[in-house]
Amino acid sequence: MMASSYNAKEEDGHHSGAASHGGPAVAKSKKPDNTAFKQQRLLAWQPILTAGTVLPAFFVIGIFFLPIGIGLFVTSNNIKEFEIDYTGVDLDSPCYSCAKNFSWNSTTPCVCTVDFTLEQPFESNVYMYYGLSNFYQNHRRYVKSRDDSQLYGDLSSLKEPSKECEPYRKRDGLPIAPCGAIANSLFNDTLDLYHIESNGTVNVIPLVNRGIAWWTDKHVKFRNPGGNNNNLTVAFQDTAKPVNWRKPVYELDPTDLENNGFVNEDFIVWMRTAALPTFRKLYRIIHKKSSTTPTLPSGRYVLNITYNYPVLSFDGRKRMILSTISWMGGKNPFLGIAYITVGSICFLLGVVLLIIHHKYDNRNNSADIPS
Amino acid sequence: MARESEEPTKKKKKKKKKSRENKKTRSVLPNTRSKHDDDDAEPNRGCADNKIKTTKYTVLSFLPKNLFEQFHRFANVYFVFIALLNFVPVVNAFQPELALAPVVFILSVTAIKDLWEDFRRHRSDTEINHLDCLVFSRVERGYVEKFWKEVRVGDFVRLRCNEIVPADVLLLSSSDPDRLCHIETATLDGETNLKQRQVVRSFFDLDCDFNPLKYNSVIECEKPNNDLNRFRGYIIHGNGRRDALYKENLLLRGCTVRNTEEAVGIVIYAGHETKAMLNNNGPRYKRSKLERQMNVDVFWCVLILLVMCLFTAVGHGLWMFQYGDKRPVFDVLSPQGTDMSPIMSAIYLFLTMIIVFQVLIPISLFVSIEIVKICQVFFIHQDLDLYDEDTDSHLQCRALNITEDLGQMQYIFSDKTGTLTDNKMVFRRCTVAGVEYSHDANAKRLAMYQEMDSEEEECTSHGGTLPRRDSVSSHHSATAPPVVLRSHSTKSHRRTGSRAEAKRASILSKHTAFSSPMEKDITPDPQLLNKVNECSSQMDLLRFHSQPMSQLPSDLADIIDFFIALTVCNTVVVSSPNQPRHKVRVRFELKSPVKTIEDFIKRFTPSRLTSGSNSSSSSSLVTNRSSNRGCSSVLSSPSADSTLTKLEEEAMMSHSGLDHAFSPAPLCYDGKSWDQEEGELRYEAESPDEAALVYAAKAYKCSLVGRLPDQVTVELPHLGKLNFELLHTLGFDSTRKRMSVVVRHPLTDQITVYTKGADSVIMDLIKPPNTGNSKGKRQKKLVYRTQNYLNQYAADGLRTLCIAKKILTKEEYACWLQRHLEAETAIQGREELLFESALRLENNLQLLGATGIEDRLQDGVPETIASLRQAGLQIWVLTGDKQETAVNIAYACKLLDPEEEILTLNADSQESCALLLEESLHYIQAKFFCSSTEQAAKNFHPANLAPFDIYQPSSLSSSSSSSSHSTPFVVHRLGLVIDGRTLAFALDKSLEDKFLAVARSCRSVLCCRSTPLQKSMVVKLVRNKLKVMTLAIGDGANDVSMIQVADVGVGISGQEGMQAVMASDFALPRFRNLQKLLLVHGHWCYSRLANMILYFFYKNAMFVALIFWYQFYCGFSGSAMIDQWYLIFFNLMFSAFPQLITATLDKDVSAETLQQLPQLYMTGQNSEEYKPYMFWMNMIDAFYQSLVCFFIPYFAYADSNVDLFTWGTPITTIALLTILLHLGVETKTWTWMNWLSILFSVMLFFTVALCYNASCPTCYSPSNPYWTMQRLLQEPVFYLLCIITPVAALLPRYFYRSCQGSLFPSPVQVGRQLDRLPTETRRNILSLSKMKAESPLAHKTHFLSLAKERSSFSCSMTAGTNHSLASQRDEEADRRKPPPTLSDTTVGFYTEAEAPPYTKDPPPESEQQLAPPTAECPDQNASTPLLTHTHSVQLTLPPTGGSRCVKYTRNQEERLDHENVMLHTPQAPLATA
Repeated sequence: MMASSYNAKEEDGHHSGAASHGGPAVAKSKKPDNTAFKQQRLLAWQPILTAGTVLPAFFVIGIFFLPIGIGLFVTSNNIKEFEIDYTGVDLDSPCYSCAKNFSWNSTTPCVCTVDFTLEQPFESNVYMYYGLSNFYQNHRRYVKSRDDSQLYGDLSSLKEPSKECEPYRKRDGLPIAPCGAIANSLFNDTLDLYHIESNGTVNVIPLVNRGIAWWTDKHVKFRNPGGNNNNLTVAFQDTAKPVNWRKPVYELDPTDLENNGFVNEDFIVWMRTAALPTFRKLYRIIHKKSSTTPTLPSGRYVLNITYNYPVLSFDGRKRMILSTISWMGGKNPFLGIAYITVGSICFLLGVVLLIIHHKYDNRNNSADIPS
Repeated sequence: MARESEEPTKKKKKKKKKSRENKKTRSVLPNTRSKHDDDDAEPNRGCADNKIKTTKYTVLSFLPKNLFEQFHRFANVYFVFIALLNFVPVVNAFQPELALAPVVFILSVTAIKDLWEDFRRHRSDTEINHLDCLVFSRVERGYVEKFWKEVRVGDFVRLRCNEIVPADVLLLSSSDPDRLCHIETATLDGETNLKQRQVVRSFFDLDCDFNPLKYNSVIECEKPNNDLNRFRGYIIHGNGRRDALYKENLLLRGCTVRNTEEAVGIVIYAGHETKAMLNNNGPRYKRSKLERQMNVDVFWCVLILLVMCLFTAVGHGLWMFQYGDKRPVFDVLSPQGTDMSPIMSAIYLFLTMIIVFQVLIPISLFVSIEIVKICQVFFIHQDLDLYDEDTDSHLQCRALNITEDLGQMQYIFSDKTGTLTDNKMVFRRCTVAGVEYSHDANAKRLAMYQEMDSEEEECTSHGGTLPRRDSVSSHHSATAPPVVLRSHSTKSHRRTGSRAEAKRASILSKHTAFSSPMEKDITPDPQLLNKVNECSSQMDLLRFHSQPMSQLPSDLADIIDFFIALTVCNTVVVSSPNQPRHKVRVRFELKSPVKTIEDFIKRFTPSRLTSGSNSSSSSSLVTNRSSNRGCSSVLSSPSADSTLTKLEEEAMMSHSGLDHAFSPAPLCYDGKSWDQEEGELRYEAESPDEAALVYAAKAYKCSLVGRLPDQVTVELPHLGKLNFELLHTLGFDSTRKRMSVVVRHPLTDQITVYTKGADSVIMDLIKPPNTGNSKGKRQKKLVYRTQNYLNQYAADGLRTLCIAKKILTKEEYACWLQRHLEAETAIQGREELLFESALRLENNLQLLGATGIEDRLQDGVPETIASLRQAGLQIWVLTGDKQETAVNIAYACKLLDPEEEILTLNADSQESCALLLEESLHYIQAKFFCSSTEQAAKNFHPANLAPFDIYQPSSLSSSSSSSSHSTPFVVHRLGLVIDGRTLAFALDKSLEDKFLAVARSCRSVLCCRSTPLQKSMVVKLVRNKLKVMTLAIGDGANDVSMIQVADVGVGISGQEGMQAVMASDFALPRFRNLQKLLLVHGHWCYSRLANMILYFFYKNAMFVALIFWYQFYCGFSGSAMIDQWYLIFFNLMFSAFPQLITATLDKDVSAETLQQLPQLYMTGQNSEEYKPYMFWMNMIDAFYQSLVCFFIPYFAYADSNVDLFTWGTPITTIALLTILLHLGVETKTWTWMNWLSILFSVMLFFTVALCYNASCPTCYSPSNPYWTMQRLLQEPVFYLLCIITPVAALLPRYFYRSCQGSLFPSPVQVGRQLDRLPTETRRNILSLSKMKAESPLAHKTHFLSLAKERSSFSCSMTAGTNHSLASQRDEEADRRKPPPTLSDTTVGFYTEAEAPPYTKDPPPESEQQLAPPTAECPDQNASTPLLTHTHSVQLTLPPTGGSRCVKYTRNQEERLDHENVMLHTPQAPLATA
């Protein structure tokens, strides 16, 4: 009774609304417009979440995720990675003495060598990383302690660095270039890699230090002051080197003008603060020489470390990582596993829903009323 | 006027006096007296001018004032504090300027909103200020057009027909021959009938046109006040004479002049001091229940925030501590280069974290809620179903911020008259001189109308497009609150043969003058008609023979007196149909009402009396005069209408003006033309009762022909027109409950008082009959009989009025008159004196008879009440009517059921009231308690808790059952009727608890004879004691206090004026609109807002938790991997739009289903969309999701060369996607706007991110996100993360929701499923459910309509079909659950009331019959409630529809319980039935 009258009304509303638009007599009536929007009758999709309706989604997700996961996992497994910790915590570690006798200001570098063997050859380009653990490069005050405009080559900032750099802003009245805690703590170990061939000859493996930083960083964000001034010493005069540095910024790579000063790629890489306390940073790239020989054949290698960087004070670790990369970056099986897991969970839940649907969800056939 | 010379001295005196009296009264001097027209010389400088300014701000004051107002909000202060904290160097987490952004954004959005509103006000102000009116100018010696704002106190204004009065004006002259001015006060009080205003008495006899230059009086009146119905003052003339001023002399601003060609008056109050403006209050601010609940959770959020901050701070302290003195390189020193102790840095970090985590406290929530509410109000406004075609009015939301409260109502308190009923009175029957005339034919006719009403519902509701007068420009809406303007039809309403046309005519006229054909065309009782004819012919005879009328047989005399009283004793204005609102001028002699003693003596000398009684003479003089005036005004009147836009109206008016001027016919009626016109006279009355009575009298040929202030013309059969000299009218007031007129009877020359009033009052004033003589005995018998009939009328639900008369001797009259005049002229305490004066007159009356008037129920009231009941709302009716009438109306509107018992409480004293309450409590317990305790024990068993018992009104369970399980308040099939006096006792502190205990266990409560104060006390009591949400609905001034007290006040913009509407939060055109307002809009608003608030909490918690998890990996240093820009704009921009769209447009269930299944409303009542645990569930979900969103990228990038913000940006993206998809899971209706908004959000994020990351290589320290997004977009891992994380994050919720949808759907979900069915099927199902058949949807049956199961169940018992007894027991237990059953029992009762063929047993028996099986399933109670599922359902419906067979099987999930319940409802037996 109510139902029918209400429905009748609604339908009536439709046509009378249409009529009223035509008639000028009601033009000024306060009658609301009979539009779908105003009457909240917009065409709508009304999904109802029940086992039956949701079920396909779960299976689709499962079917979609599982192959992706497997693909990712396989890709990740194909990546070759070698990692060696050279911190020198243990007594038998070659770098033990270097680690112990450390001081930021020592002038004589401490050198230690680590031998290692690669079981498998690294076929494609090999990326050489240094890894630090327990190093909180993401500390709030640390992250802020830099002056981007100084690094951009801004002369006024060079002379008068941002307050954010405090307390590494000025030294003896001279502005520090580059200022701030990040620059101050620049990783300054030098790593050299030698391949010891079976016949005993030691081959230096060429490590390329170009292309390790983001292109945009190298070419946009970081600039030396004074533009293309060849003489960086002049450009950086009246500035002080950071407290912990052994050499001023214009001597970072004296061999290559394009890689010296603020645009030194090691420096740029360091300035990109890591997200997590255990991180790696790209150090060098070992390019593949020819298509026939592997970049790094299996065999014995020697890592020559100029041990400058202290990590033991904060219980940190230093690692050297050799890794090939794939389209999805470095070796990390996690994503593959995650996809496989989520995919299988979805599939499983799909099955559960199927059962639920089968058992309880058949009200649709109850709806038809034979007349 | 020769007094001009005296003027200066007088003036000085007055001025002195004025300064002395300045405190108490206002003196108004005419502006014409000043030497110049410039401002300096203005005599009334202290008064406000007529320029109105309703704006809050000026250009200069906007910023400070607005900010000041905004900072009154605690939240804003908090956020500003947070932002300022950023400027402290040790603490700063963000770029300080950036941290200000959200606060500034929020403040500016609010400021813009305020500014816009203020601008609108300003615009309408300007519009009003620039309306034109004619003001007298001394310089021009004539009236010139001026803007309203230029009108000043003391100005003379000339008002023309249909003009709006620009200020409060004292009427000094009128073109009307009777010195009247008719005004329509619809904008002020909503009453559309015309009101008469009189020219100030001293200007009454002015022959020539009023000349302002000659005016030299001073007006002393009260200071401006907001009482529309009071104006006191006096006018002091040049000669020192004083005349009192009344409200009848005052034209109020905003009123419209009607039927009067021209009126001149002096401005008394202007601008903001006018009564209309003083009455104009802005919308009210209330805090809704949902918001209160939300505030609790905001508080929890603050706590969570503090805990998180504390945790981080402690963590940081420990982290620092572990390094000891070996300060690592990454731990940066303080700017001073000094080392910070762990404790100090922990303290600083605490403050930093407050800033970083500030997003947890949803800053934008408050703004969003406001925006959403505005949209909700917009949609409610736009609803066609809440629009009333007849009155061209739609719902008004006057309180903008309690829309969601509409969805949570638990108690409705309703007024009766005008709310449940139409307040449209129809004459039904009468008793005269102790003889009852039943008017059977009339009753039949009414029945026919009713039938017609229902038949032609559809064609009338959209019947025709009526010519409608629009509001006169935007003026009304601004000066006075929006007002319903009614249609003024221009057509006459002659009844034609066709019903449809009659009906249509009734629509046309319904609201103009309470005169639908139903009310107008009364079929006279033949017997009475004969008597009237006989009587009048005899009188005619007597008159012809010049014999005194006293020779008439007394019963016949009574009859004629009765009808004369009906005709005369009122304030009805007569208008002729051709000229609507133009009163018919039938004037026979010019005479003012008796005003002075001299006048009285002069006029009441015998010679005058005889000449006066010869009434059919000497009418020419006046007619001439008025037609002359009419003529002169014709020229000016069209131009005066310039402000009116409605052409039709204008045409009509000018036409009528011409008519009026040139055709003498309507002006002076001779007998013939009168006869033709007779049927078309229209009566406009202040109260519908009056009109009904006048129409009734007219049916007996005793018709009111004209009414002037001093005389009433009545036409009687055989006698022709008689002029009753109207000596006084003592108006109706609610304390006296009666009105009287004093007239001089033209036939008998006696001064007669006719009184009409409530029976209780009149009966007390009847002169005690002298039992000595026969006449006295007759009187006694008459009184006795009349009383009997009165009781009978009341029992039939009629409104009763008694008619009495009294004959005064001249001496008595003179004596009374003298004191009356004294009272009239008094300034202090005039009301009281007039009241006493009236009392002196109205005594020792002679009873003539009584009338019974039917107050018709509004359309759809019973249905609305029924469905509101089903929705679990308790409906109480509070009325001022007498008990019998109220009870009968209650039956009529199905509030009371004939089946149920009624407790009536009538007590004379506190003690007896206490006793009564005690007894009824015992009675209830005795009758129902045994069963209810048993029930209660079952009901409180977990077995029955969910999902039904969620319905238990939380208040009831919290207030009563929580304290003691032994006394759950079960709503029984009981009605409680209590009268005003008893109510007064019951509301006493000592008894109120008992009263409530009784009242709440009754299904319906009816309070009769309650005063407005009592009404509000009842509402307050229920609201405060039961902690329930209350809604009060009413239409009259007497409901105002109740409306204000209730959580939500609803006013019916009906016929009793606008006071209720002004006080209300929502104003509805009809009572039946309440159904859609509550069930649909209330539900939607509530569920939308509740979901939005929950979502907001979730969203912020989820986002903030991401940063919290990160603290474990950044040494609790307060570092954030999310760029501060994203962090700050995430809430304001990226995730803001979809939720707003969803919160505005989401419909969980369609309007249709909501209305047809009122049970769904209980969701809101029990706050099911937003329960406290849901907040915590959402928090947990938020933490889970944030864990997923954090750790998937964490592991994906673990030990890689990713940098802080290249890692943080995917997290932000993932979080955004997750949050949007979460909204998607929660969104029930996807319109294109939802899609668009989500798409927009995502696009916006990427666009902003790309632009931001490309814009500046050195800015935005410290994140410096240059080219981050661009680089990320090239990485496949980014996309892989964006796919997997939201899926993994939303998996549990999605799975839970779908399981819930399948396994234990909430009623709302069932409703949604119902929506999905094809229209036809759904209609069938719903109409079946209406017909109390079993719904084929098992869940529906299960959840929504238990009583249906019950009835089906009982029939299955009788049918003897085999089914598990366990199920019976289950059903039974369910059915008997406490308060929630309210709705269901309602259904059940209908079932029984309608007596389906198969329910033979009266309900109590069936209950008992069902009880025994309990023992057979002892383990029943152990079952887990959530797992009752319907396995299969079948419904076979034979085409006849007479019998329904339903079979459904229920079983409980096996793994959790072992119970297999099968219920086969009647199969074969019913099919054959």
